[in-house]
This record gives sequence, C-alpha cells and structure tokens, in this order.
Amino acid sequence: MSDTINISLKVWRQNQGEEGHFEVYQAKDIDTSASFLEMLDVVNEQLTLNGKEPIAFEDDCREGICGACGVLVNGTTHGSHEKTTLCQLHMRKFKNNEQIVIEPFRAHPFTVIKDLVVDRSGLDAIITEGGYVSVKTGNAPEASTTPIKKELAEAAMDAAECIGCGACVAACPNGSAMLFTAAKVSQYALLPQGHPERKQRVEGMVGKMDELGFGSCSNEYECAVACPKGIDVQNIARLNREFIKASFM
Amino acid sequence: MKLDSKIPEGPVAEKWTKHKLNVKLVNPANRRKYSVIVVGSGLAGASAAATMAEQGYVVDCFTYNDSPRRAHSIAAQGGINAAKNYPNDGDSIYRLFYDTVKGGDFRAREANVYRLAEVSNQIIDHCVAQGIPFGREYGGYLDNRSFGGAQVSRTFYSRGQTGQQLLIGAYGALSKEIKKKTVTMYTRCEVIDVVVIDGQARGIISRNLVTGELTRHVADAVVLATGGYSNVFFLSTNAMACNASAAWRAYKKGAAFANPCYTQIHPTCIPVHGEYQSKLTLMSESLRNDGRIWVPKAKGDKRPANDIPEDERDYYLERKYPSFGNLVPRDLASRNAKIVCDEGYGVGPTGNAVYLDFAEAIERVGKDNIKAKYGNLFEMYNRITDEDPYTTPMMIFPAVHYTMGGLWVDYNLMTSLPGLYAIGECNFSDHGANRLGASALMQGLADGYFVLPNTINDYLASEKIPKVGTDHAAFAEAETVAQDKLDKLLAIKGNRTVDDFHRELGLLLWENCGMGRSEKGLKKALERIPQIREEFWKNVNVPGSADDLNQALEKANRVADFMEFAELMVKDALERTESCGGHFREESQTDEGEALRNDDEYAHVATWEFQGLDKEPALHKEPLVYEEVKLTQRSYK
Repeated sequence: MSDTINISLKVWRQNQGEEGHFEVYQAKDIDTSASFLEMLDVVNEQLTLNGKEPIAFEDDCREGICGACGVLVNGTTHGSHEKTTLCQLHMRKFKNNEQIVIEPFRAHPFTVIKDLVVDRSGLDAIITEGGYVSVKTGNAPEASTTPIKKELAEAAMDAAECIGCGACVAACPNGSAMLFTAAKVSQYALLPQGHPERKQRVEGMVGKMDELGFGSCSNEYECAVACPKGIDVQNIARLNREFIKASFM
Repeated sequence: MKLDSKIPEGPVAEKWTKHKLNVKLVNPANRRKYSVIVVGSGLAGASAAATMAEQGYVVDCFTYNDSPRRAHSIAAQGGINAAKNYPNDGDSIYRLFYDTVKGGDFRAREANVYRLAEVSNQIIDHCVAQGIPFGREYGGYLDNRSFGGAQVSRTFYSRGQTGQQLLIGAYGALSKEIKKKTVTMYTRCEVIDVVVIDGQARGIISRNLVTGELTRHVADAVVLATGGYSNVFFLSTNAMACNASAAWRAYKKGAAFANPCYTQIHPTCIPVHGEYQSKLTLMSESLRNDGRIWVPKAKGDKRPANDIPEDERDYYLERKYPSFGNLVPRDLASRNAKIVCDEGYGVGPTGNAVYLDFAEAIERVGKDNIKAKYGNLFEMYNRITDEDPYTTPMMIFPAVHYTMGGLWVDYNLMTSLPGLYAIGECNFSDHGANRLGASALMQGLADGYFVLPNTINDYLASEKIPKVGTDHAAFAEAETVAQDKLDKLLAIKGNRTVDDFHRELGLLLWENCGMGRSEKGLKKALERIPQIREEFWKNVNVPGSADDLNQALEKANRVADFMEFAELMVKDALERTESCGGHFREESQTDEGEALRNDDEYAHVATWEFQGLDKEPALHKEPLVYEEVKLTQRSYK
C-alpha cells in the first residue's frame, strides 16, 4: 500500500544565456508510489496554479528506454539506484521531510537550455561520424547467410542496450563520452557486419568526441556505475584496442 | 471528395511486383532537384528519410525530441514478424497475410496487407545487415518466438528491446545520410501546420521548441510519420509527447481521416495507482503464456490474493473460453477484464485490476525457468509496484497503446491531399480493427524502407509541381494562424492546468469510447466534448511565453488538437454500430455476449472529410473487397 511523504526540493532554475540559481519548493503529500517525474508533475501543477513557471525537465517514454530523462538527484545521475533511469525511480526511495537537490547533468559539452534541460546533441554528432553500418536499403543478402556465434550476438546486444541518456558523461569527472562511444564501437566490432568500416568508425567517432570537448578517460569507472543500462567498462578497453588497431590499418 | 485506393489489378500475389514496374521514376541525376519533408523520426520516418536520401532526394527530417533516437518506436518490446519460415513450421507470405487480415477482424485492405507480408522478409535481411543484434540460437542462426494470433513462430526479437534496436538501426541509417548532408535533421522542432498550395501539400510551418521561432519549410512532397493518437485518452502506454497534431492539422487541410475509432487496448499493463499517474506501462503479453488470470468470486473481496482459497477464485478466461483460456486475443482479454471490474470483482486499491498469477507455473517448471523467461518483466513490475510477482500475483489492467485508425492513404501511401503521404502508425491501412503483436514494427519499417521510397517516385515524376518559395502567401497565412493560436493560449491565464483538462477528456473517452461502447455513452461523450473544449479555451492556464522553451505551451497546443480530434473519434464510433476487433458495441453482440460483426453494412473504411469548423464532417465509405480471404466470425471458445 502506498504512503505519502512531504519533501523539500532544491531545484536548479536557469534560462538560456542567463546565470542559474537554486530555488526551494515544498512538495506535500507526495504518494510514494509516484515516480520521480510524476512528483515533478505534481510540483509543476502547483507552480502553474500559483502563477509561476513550471520546472523544465526532459522526458518522454517514462519506461526507461528512450533516454530523454536524466538529472542529478542529490548529486548523482538518475538518482543512482542500480540500473534505473530517473523515470523509473520511485518516491518510496525517499524519506519523509527529506530535502532533495535537483540539478541538470553537468558536463562541459552539455550546455543548459533551461532549468534541467541540457543540450546533448554532441552524442548524436558522435554517432553521425560512424555509429552505424553503411548499408543502403536493398543491399542486404538473405539474413541467414551469416551465422553469428550466440555469445558474440549477446555481447553485441549488451553494448547495444545504451539509451544515449548521457549519464556516463555527467558522472565522469572528465566529462568523457568514452562509455557511450565505446558501446557503439563495441557493438560493431563484435559483429561481422561492422568490420569493413571499423577503422573509419573508431577514428571518426573518437575524433568527434575530442573535437566537441568531451574529456578523456582516466579509468574512474564512474560511468559504468551511473549507467542505467549496465553497460560494462570492458567496452572502453575494446574501444581502445579498436583505436590502436586502426592506426595499423 | 473521391477516394481512389489505386489498388493494382491482378492476383494479390502479383500486385506489388507489377505496381513497382508501373511506377514512374525520376532520373537519378534529377533526383537532387526534388525535396521531401519527413515529419517524425521513428521507425517509419527515419527509415523513409534515410532511404529516400540514398536514392538521391533532398530530405528534411523533423522531430520534436532532442534526438531522432528518442522516438516512441523505441519502446516496443516483443519483436517483429516476418514470413521467413526459418522454424520450418509452415509459415509463408500467404499465411502472414491471412493471419493479419483475420487478426484485424476483416477490416483491413487485402492488397496492402499482402504487400506488408511480402516485404517483411526483406526487412529482416536489411536489419541483420545493419548489425542489429537479433536473438540467435547456438548454431548462430536467427531465433524466432511465437506471438498471439498465430500458429507459427515468426517473430524476430532483440531481448525485450526489439523496438529500441530496430530504431537505433534506422537512426544509424539516418545518421549516415546526415553525415553525407543528404538529410538535414531538425531536432526540437515541432510541426505546427501543413502548407497547401493549389491543392498540393508543399511544406510545413515548424516551431523551434528552444527559441519559439516559427519557420517555413517548402518541399515537393510532405511525409507524415507522426505515430498514433493513443494519448487522446491521457493515460496510455505512449510516450508523454506523442500527439495527433500534425495528422489533425493535415485533416483540416484536406487529408481524410480513416477509422478514427479504431484503437487497441492492451491487456497486460500495470494498473493505475493514483491521481498523479502520468502514463501506463505495458508488459509483454507473452506473460499470458504462463500466468493465470483470475478475480475473487466474491464482489469487493479485500483479502490479500494469497489468502483467497483456490475454490473462491474465478479464472474467468479459462471458464468462458476453455479452448484458448488465458491466451485469447488481446481484445477479448482486455474486454473481459473490464467486464469483471465493472461488475465489482476487481482487485487492488482502485478495484480496477485483475490478478495474473504465476504460482502454478512456478510449481510446474520451477522459479528459475520462470525467471529465465520473464525475469526482466518481473523486475520491471517490482520496480514500479514494489511487489514481488514470484510470491504475490501481479495485478494487471488493460491500457490503450496503439491506434489502427489514421490518415486515409491509397496503395501508394498518399493521403487524399496530393503530395501528402502518411506512413507507419500515422496511416490506417494495414491492421484493420485490431493489430496483431509484433506487426507494428513490421509495418513501420515496411512503409519506410520499402514501400514509400518506391511509390513516392510516381508522384514526383508525373505530377506538375511548380516552383514556389516560402514567401508564398499560403506560408504567411499558415504562420499567422499558428502564431495567433499560440498567443491565444498564452493569453487565457485561467484557473486550470492543461493536464487537468487533458485528464478530464481522457477519462470521458476511456469510459465511453474505449473497449465497450454504446449509443447512449457515445452520445453523452459527444455532448460533453464541446463543453470541455469550450472551457479549455476560456479557463486553461498556460504560463510563460512563446519565445523560449515552454513545455506547458507545447502541451497546450497538442491538447487543443486532441479536444477537436476526440469529437471525430466518437462520431466514428457512433456511426459504426457493429462490434469489431477491439471494439465491443453493446448493441451488437451474439446470444453468448460475444462481439458480433456486421459485414453487410460495415465492411468498409469509414473515411471522414473536414468541412469546416462549425460543420459536420462528411463520411465517405471505401468498400473493403475481399478477393482472397473468406470473411468468418472469429471464435475462441
């Protein structure tokens, strides 16, 4: 059965091009079965009715797969409950009268658009440099012509589960997008379909990552802890191998 | 309005091949002179934009999300159907075609469905070539699972995230073209209107959601791949921002809307918890393979499930449908859950839930086996409800999650507005009155990769499309109308939030235009909708301005369209006095209380034409002619 709690929210408010600041709001009688985003909905309804602007935050599917949501909750990405996106974090994880600090993802390449909404288009720009197999519609041979070892297909799927939320970047002290990039590079390094373009892929994606100001990896592994999909840091090792191999190709 | 479905002549199995030969083509060197706008970047939109760009067209693609990868196709779990017959269990293109027509309760167009089945195999080939990690067997070959409404195993899957993997594949294809600059991607841009010049769709007005700026985009053809309208119900399994606005505005500009009352209600969703609930979560219907559905035999029994003895439980699906039991199709499972809850047998805090019990399966095959099969679903359920389905029965309730109705399209996927195409869930054509599991992904990709890129050539090559610029008066007018509407929404400053209105509308539709419908209920809804709409325009509170990121304004603009669309949906439901697919019309049932179709009067596509804001829409009926399939009444007893 559900209970209700009272909480106090310390929320980052910022308009584009202006300096940001924290504001404190009280949220009363929050149902503990509500999700974190539903709690924000309730707060926003109140703000609206009181003539204030609601808190801008990003979300869409609310079932942990689209990767749109994500903020820092008490300093940790998505509230850092194991393998949980913010939309799947529930209020039963919080205590009555607790103060919750909510900030946008903080990373050099993620500029704040408004309040908790940041610009993560850098991640798309990295994918654009080669995070795919260049096959035109109509090119494909019969699907069963290339058997793929089950273990490889499973490992590729492990990497492919990335939802592109950017928590890894926000959790990294260097603001590195290594885990994100490594997940995509790994998926195609593991599968034969990815091999013809492996050199261009890894060099293009890593190059773009550097160009956009994402930091380097210094083996903190914070990214893997923050990842709501449990993407393994081994993928970073694989990315490094691919990158070194590419220089001999 | 004259509706010409343009179905090619000849045997159903030869229509698509012949049609491809008859389609006029644009010379490869000339294609770069043509531009196409694609609205939406889900499976249908991304695959269409990428494929048309590969062919040489200049493509502009729009999404309201911050990235094309976030489109709601990503949330599809179960899989994608194809007629590969890898398991050697008797599948064929014809069988997939037949199952889809039958599953749709004989309300889909035969020729379109056959084509869908025909290209299904190419989709799998293409997706494997893209490096999508489909589930495989130890020999390295592709694995298949079975799904509702079919006697064969034809569903390809990537764990429980098939939609995600296919979408990321299409997003990759799109990214490849963005890199080549053949596609220009507009993210955080919402389409506000379709611009029509001399009877042809020639562009759009879009709103940059970050700056609030309205911009004009001109093209030779416009493709809507904007998904379905489940969110008209407020609570659905759709993503929060899914909306009907682009389709609805196209309707108001002359594109006919087909079968708006066809919505699909999925039986295995997590029930509503409280007032604050923002959306519903679906769990794969594969759960019904092992779970037994029941309610207490006594009304209002508040005892915990495990305290209710076996002989005081009513396994109502097993009782009513002994041969299919818990595996009846989606529509029957959903409707029966609502019936028992309406009668007062429902469980949980709201009384709107039934049990899905795995105790017997766990005893039969062991917890480990159940965990291996459904572990991720059990985990998801536990995360949301904080209950352990291994020891306590799950609670489930139906929820809206797909809409079979949509913009009317011909065989070429062109709407009744020349130059405007609709693909994926946005159109009406392939699923009839009920969609089978694992068919939505198939249709989105069929339309985007293989159908539209062939058929759009015909229009571009044969129609006279004069050069126009965004300075044309039609653009200026559409922009002014859009701006006025936004200004009006912001000026109201009333006492109720957008969500408050949306919730009221949604509940009204759920009660009266959901699974069970009656003339009385529909007429009540029809009377109430204009009243809610009127109050919305007088009393809604939209804070902020139109000059920056304003999510409340985005929402208000979408809900304003739902307020209008809802009325057409109910009108269509009122007009269709038969029960079909997921729609149970109380006045049309058999002596045993089962859905009764009326093929004599309703074997048609109900297509609505906008006549003006204060006028009744005109109804046009496209007869559904069945040359291959014999119409039968479904029975699952």
